[in-house]
Amino acid sequence: MVIVKLENVGLRYGVGPEILRDVSLTLEEGSFHFLTGPSGAGKSSLLKLMYLANRPTRGLISLFGSDIATTDRTKLPALRREVGVVFQEFRLLDHLSTFDNVALPMRVANVHEKDIKKHVTELLAWVGLKDHMGARPTTLSGGQQQRVALARAVITRPRLLLADEPTGNVDDKLAVRLLHLLEELNKLGTTIVMATHNEGLVRQFGHPRICIDGGRVEQMGPLRGPRRGNVRMEGKIS
Amino acid sequence: MTFLSFNHHKDLPLDKDPGTRFLPWLIAFMVYLAALAVIATSIMQSISARWEMGVSDTLTVQIPPQKGMQQDQKQIEASLEILRAHPAVVLAAPVGKARVLELLEPWLGDAASLSDMPLPHLIDVTVRQDVPMDGQALIEQLNKVAPGATLDDHRVWLDRLIQMSRTLEWGAYLVLGLIATVSIGTVFFVTKTGLAIHHDVIEVLHLIGAQDSYIARQFAEHALYMGFRGGLLGLAVAGPTFGGFAYLYHQVDRALLPQIDITALQWVAVLSLPFLSALMGYLTARSAVLNSLKKMI
Ligand SMILES: Nc1ncnc2c1ncn2[C@@H]1O[C@H](COP(=O)(O)OP(=O)(O)O)[C@@H](O)[C@H]1O
Ligand SMILES: [Mg+2]
Repeated sequence: MVIVKLENVGLRYGVGPEILRDVSLTLEEGSFHFLTGPSGAGKSSLLKLMYLANRPTRGLISLFGSDIATTDRTKLPALRREVGVVFQEFRLLDHLSTFDNVALPMRVANVHEKDIKKHVTELLAWVGLKDHMGARPTTLSGGQQQRVALARAVITRPRLLLADEPTGNVDDKLAVRLLHLLEELNKLGTTIVMATHNEGLVRQFGHPRICIDGGRVEQMGPLRGPRRGNVRMEGKIS
Repeated sequence: MTFLSFNHHKDLPLDKDPGTRFLPWLIAFMVYLAALAVIATSIMQSISARWEMGVSDTLTVQIPPQKGMQQDQKQIEASLEILRAHPAVVLAAPVGKARVLELLEPWLGDAASLSDMPLPHLIDVTVRQDVPMDGQALIEQLNKVAPGATLDDHRVWLDRLIQMSRTLEWGAYLVLGLIATVSIGTVFFVTKTGLAIHHDVIEVLHLIGAQDSYIARQFAEHALYMGFRGGLLGLAVAGPTFGGFAYLYHQVDRALLPQIDITALQWVAVLSLPFLSALMGYLTARSAVLNSLKKMI
C-alpha cells in the first residue's frame, strides 16, 4: 500500500523562488527513509507538505490514498492523527508536564482519560522517562526532550512517522539510541521518514534515502560503507 | 470558583493572558450598568403606567362670563365649532347652568342664591386617546373667539411626562444594546489577542489532529467562565446600589412619587445577567476562534 504519494509537486513561499520543483515520490507502507540534503535545501518544507502544515503551490499529494487537495477540511484532522510528527526543535508545550505533552494527541482525539493514563505511562517507560512524567520540558535535557517529542509523535500509533532532524541537538550516543527506537517502531509497521544531516547515522543504519538538492528530489538506495575521510556533517539546526 | 471549572483539559494556558485579568472587571461593570438600566426601565414603566391611569378622556373648557348673555352665547358657539372640528375631539357639549351650579354648590352654598351671579361657562370635551392633541395651540385658537378661555390642561401636561418617560425607557434599551455591543467587542478582541499569543501552541494542536472545535471550546469555556465571574461581580455591586436607591426613594414624600413595582420578569432579567454575559462570552469567543482557524489548512 502506498502511504504517501507526491506527483509533480512544486512549492514556493510567497513570491520567492521555488523551494521544491517537480517532486514526485512514493512511500510504501512499512518503509524507512532518510531525508537528506544540505541546510536550507527544503527538507522541513517537504515534511510540512506531508504532515499537512502547508499546501503545495502545484502538484498532487495523497496521504493514505486520499488526495488532500480535494479532501474536505473537516476530514483533515483525522488524516493528521494518522501522521506522527517529531518537529524540528520538538515544539513541546512548555506549560504542560511531560505526561500532558505526550497525552495531547490522545486528548485531541477524545480518548478516555483512563486509557490515556495507561498508554502514556507505558510509552514513557519505553522511552525511559518514567521518572520524569511530571517534569516540564524546560527542565529536561536535550535527549530527554527528544524522547518526549518522539513519545508524543507515536502515542496514537500513527501509520506514518515524520521526524525532522530529531537527532539535531544530541550527541551521537543518544542519536543511535533514538534510531534504535525508530527501528523498533518500523518493525511494528510504522512507515518512517527521518530528516537528518548526520551522514554517520545514514551510513550506519543503511536505510534508503530521499535526497533534496537544488529543489530536486531523488529517491536513492542506502548509503553504505565507512565514511569518506573524517568529514562528518554535523547536525546543525536550520 | 471551582464549581465552574470544567473537567476538560486545558492545553492552552489562557489563565495567564492579560485579557483574563481585565475582562471579568469589564464584564462586571457592564453587567452593573445593565442591571441599572433594567431597573431604570422598570421604574419608567411604573411611572408612566401610573400617569396613564390618571389620564381621562374628558377635558373641560372654561369660558369666563362676559357682559351679556348674548355675547356669551356667541363665544360658546364659536368655541364649540372649533372644538368639534379638532381631530382628537369626539364630543363637545356645553354644560347646562343647573349642572354648573350643582358642581359649585359644595364651595359656594345654596344654588338658588347663586343663580344671579356671573358664572363661567363650561364645555365638556371628550377626546380620543390615540390622536395627539396640542393643548397650547388649541387654547390659542379658542382665545381668538373667546378671550380668557382656559383648557383644563391636566392631560396635556401628563402627555408630555408620559412621552418623556417613554423616551427614557427607549434610552435604557439603547444603553443595554450598547453594553452588549461593547461586551461582545471586548470578548472578541481578547479572544483574537489570545489566538495571537498562543499561535504556536494552537499550531501544534492543529497539526497533531485537533478539530477546530476542540481549540474553540477552550477559548469559549474560558470566556464563559470570565463572563459568569464578571456577571456575578457586577450583580454583587448592583445589589447595594439598588438598596441605596430604594432607601433614598422612600425618604421622599410618598405622595409625590409612584409606587415602583419591579415585576417578576424584571427580577429574572436582572438575575439572569451573569448567565447572559457567560453565554455572550462563550458564543463570541467560539465564533471568533472558529473564524480565524478556518484560515489554517
Ligand atoms: N515559512 C517560510 N517562508 C519563507 N521561506 C521559507 C519558509 N520556510 C522555509 N523557507 C525557506 O525555504 C528554504 C528551505 O527551508 P527548509 O525547508 O527549512 O530547509 P531545511 O529543512 O532543509 O533546512 C530555505 O531557503 C528557507 O529560508
Ligand atoms: Mg529543516
